[in-house]
Amino acid sequence: MAQEPIELILFRQLSSSLAIPVFLVDANGDLAYLNEAAEQLLGVRLDEIDEMPFAEWTTAFTARNEGGHGTDVDSLPLVRAIRDRRPAHGPLTITGGDGVERRIEITAFPLEGGRGRFIGAVAMFWETAADA
Amino acid sequence: MKVTFWGTRGSLASAGPETVRYGGNTACVQVTGSDGTCIVLDAGTGIRRLGAALSRDLTRVDILLTHLHMDHIQGLGFFDPLFRPGLEVHIWGPPSATQDLRTRLSRYLSPPLFPIRLRDADSDVHFHNAPDVPVSIGGLEVCGAEIVHPGPTVGYRVRDGAATFAYLSDHEPALTGDLDRRDGTRWTSGADIAAGVDLLVHDVQYSPDERAERIGWGHSSSLEAAAFARLVGARRLAAFHHDPGHDDAAVDRIVAETAAAVPEIGVFGAREGETVHL
Repeated sequence: MAQEPIELILFRQLSSSLAIPVFLVDANGDLAYLNEAAEQLLGVRLDEIDEMPFAEWTTAFTARNEGGHGTDVDSLPLVRAIRDRRPAHGPLTITGGDGVERRIEITAFPLEGGRGRFIGAVAMFWETAADA
Repeated sequence: MKVTFWGTRGSLASAGPETVRYGGNTACVQVTGSDGTCIVLDAGTGIRRLGAALSRDLTRVDILLTHLHMDHIQGLGFFDPLFRPGLEVHIWGPPSATQDLRTRLSRYLSPPLFPIRLRDADSDVHFHNAPDVPVSIGGLEVCGAEIVHPGPTVGYRVRDGAATFAYLSDHEPALTGDLDRRDGTRWTSGADIAAGVDLLVHDVQYSPDERAERIGWGHSSSLEAAAFARLVGARRLAAFHHDPGHDDAAVDRIVAETAAAVPEIGVFGAREGETVHL
């Protein structure tokens, strides 16, 4: 597999040291990396999924909005960051790969390299209390 | 293709009897293609002597800067061909999201840091972002890629026919993870441009003990450079960017440490004035 852009490599390395769950996608929107905190939150292990293209992760976690309704893929913060190349934030309820339902908030932002090229995007998750 | 070292020192020029074998001038490497094409990698203090040695019949010279730290640009104002009317000088460097290369270089090449302004050069000077896809410069194919070092920094890969050469003068790939990894090079800085080269010129500034105290400074230890060379499958490794505080005996020790770590790779310490034929 070809080397990733340096900005993605550095962000992956930073993410690997963070306690905040981080979900990193490449310029195609495909999953490039998720750190251990994100593995725990999403109930999946990077080693086991090998790869997760855009079409797969956008529907994998049964995202629902605050009203409990299924969320349109285009309204997911990370998808907005990829498509609009702007930061996005929002609350969601998801069901992880381990079957556990969690309420989370997501902040997502695009990564643009020094050449002005779109490198990928990052989503950071915060789990919110069930009664919050 | 010929690779000639005009400056091998990192960080600060360090002339003196204790550095006479490896040299005291900062980074400058000349690459001469089999068709005579001349490119210059970095404009450290070593470029002054190179400028004096270049043929006056030359009509074009390309200077490829890895980054704009002083030890890589300090010689530019003393590069005599820059003041030769009619000569085309193409300067390539890392892209920035905020300022073009000419503007950034002019911060140094203007008063009060330097008496002459870049715009006063008599040659025909052109500025370019380092290419991130292969481009032809004369008979040489050149490609750059961003690598790990503080501030925008690129490494270069040069090809002449079947011969390949990579120049990663300032590089701290260990910051991007384990260099002994068995999962390939997808997450390793500099891996693509250095893959399988006949000669890798790479940062080997520190001993392992020194490196432990200077994490994040942008440079590699002997063992890290060796691991990187092995990971990318380089055939030969030239230890480069010698620490200004290291005398020749200290560089000898670091080169020996590097060679011992990768006995399958031909390791040598880059010496000022030395030419390698590829």
